[in-house]
Amino acid sequence: MPSVTFAGVSYAATPGEAVLDTLLRHGVPISNSCRAGACQSCLLRASAGAVPAIAQRGLKATLVEQGYFLSCSCVPEGDLTIEPAVGLEVNAAIASLERLTPTVLRARLRLPQPLAYRAGQYITLRRIDGLSRSYSLASLPTDETLELHVRLAPHGQMSGWLFNEAREGDEITLRGPAGDCFYTTGKIDQPMLLVGTGTGLAPLVGICRDALHSGHTGPIHLYHGSRTSEGLYLQDELTDLVRAHRNLHYAAILPGADTMSTHDALLGAITGAFPSLAAWRGFVCGNPPAVSMLKKKLFLRGMPAREIFSDAFLEAPRLTA
Amino acid sequence: MSLYEQLGGQAAVDAAVDVFYRKVLTDDRISHFFDDVDMDVQMAKQRAFLTMAFGGPNKYTGKDLRTGHSHLVKRGLNGDHFQAVAENLSATLVELKVPQPLIDQVMAIAGGARADVLGQ
Repeated sequence: MPSVTFAGVSYAATPGEAVLDTLLRHGVPISNSCRAGACQSCLLRASAGAVPAIAQRGLKATLVEQGYFLSCSCVPEGDLTIEPAVGLEVNAAIASLERLTPTVLRARLRLPQPLAYRAGQYITLRRIDGLSRSYSLASLPTDETLELHVRLAPHGQMSGWLFNEAREGDEITLRGPAGDCFYTTGKIDQPMLLVGTGTGLAPLVGICRDALHSGHTGPIHLYHGSRTSEGLYLQDELTDLVRAHRNLHYAAILPGADTMSTHDALLGAITGAFPSLAAWRGFVCGNPPAVSMLKKKLFLRGMPAREIFSDAFLEAPRLTA
Repeated sequence: MSLYEQLGGQAAVDAAVDVFYRKVLTDDRISHFFDDVDMDVQMAKQRAFLTMAFGGPNKYTGKDLRTGHSHLVKRGLNGDHFQAVAENLSATLVELKVPQPLIDQVMAIAGGARADVLGQ
C-alpha cells in the first residue's frame, strides 16, 4: 500500500484512494472545492515519488515541472512525499460588492499588480480561513478590477459570506487563472454563438467583450437562459452593449411553460434562428446538465467539435457531518 | 505503406471523428448509450477507437475493451448495437470517399474487437 508523507508525517493510503482523501481522512486540513480536477484549490507539490499524469492535467507547464499536482485526482502508484503549495496565491482586496438581484452578486476585486488572464477563464478565491471556490472572469485584463458574478448557492459558504458578511476592502487571496473557455483570434469574421444559464453569463460577457475589443467582425449571438425573469440579471447593460456594437446580438430566454427546461428553451430559440452551425464557433457555460446537452445539440447542428468551448459550473460537494 | 498511412494518418482520424460521432449520436438504435456521457470525454474515446480501427498506433488491449464496455453490457449492449456502430463507421468512411478495399480492412480490424466489447 502506498504511503503519503506530508510535512514529515507518513499516512497510509487505501487502495484507489486519492491523496486529498488520504490526508483529509487523517485530519490534515487541505483546501479543496470541486474535487473533480477543475478548481485547482487542492494543489500540492511532490518532492519525491511519481505523480500520475491525470493529476497534472490542465496545469501550467511551469507548475508541472516543479511537481505540482491536484491532490483530488492523484491516486498514487507508489510512495509520495509532498509539500503544501506555497507562493502561488495572489493577494487581492474586495473593491465592490453589488447585488444585481437577490441571488446574484457582482464582486469586483482589486489586485496590487495586474494578473495575466483571458476573459472567460476562472480563478479560485481563497478566504483567509482557507475556504476556496472558483468563479469565472467577466472582466478584461485591461479593466481596473476583476469582475465575478456570484450566485447565492443554497447553504453556500463562500457565496453566503460574500453576500452577507464580506465588506469592501476585505482581503482575500486567489489562485489561477485556469480554463480554456476563452476567445482566440484568427478568424475574425466567424459567426459565434454564446449560450449560458444562470451565472454562466459571466464568462460569456467576458468573451463577448474580448471578441469586440479584438476587432471581431463576424456576428456574435449571446443567449442567456434562466428559470425566472429575475435570473436574467444583466439585461440593461447587455442591451446597451448591443446598441454600441452592430454585430452583437443578445436574447434573454425564459422557458415558455413550467414543464420546459431552461436548456430546452435555449435550444428551441437557437435552432429556430440557425438551421446550420457548420461554420460557427460556440461557447457554452452554466449548470453541468445544460452544458452537456447544449454542446451535443450544437454539435449535431453541424458545429465542429473543436470549435465548441465550454465551462460547466461544478458545485462544491456538500459537507457531510 | 501501412493501412493507417494509406488512410491519411492523424488527419484522417480528425476528419472522421466528427462525422462518425454525429452518426452515432443520431442513431436511435444506440444513441441512448451516450445520453449521460460528457461529449469531450466521449470524443477522446472515439478518437482512440478510430485510431485503432485505422491500424494506427494505439494502446488498446482486449482487457481494456472488456472493462471499458462492461457497464454498457450490463445495460443491454448486444450484437445488434455492435452492428449499428459498425454500420456508422462504414458509412462515415464511404462519406469521406475512402476506397472500398481500405474500408474492408478497417471493418475487419473493428470486427476483431467484437467479442471483447460484448464481453463474450
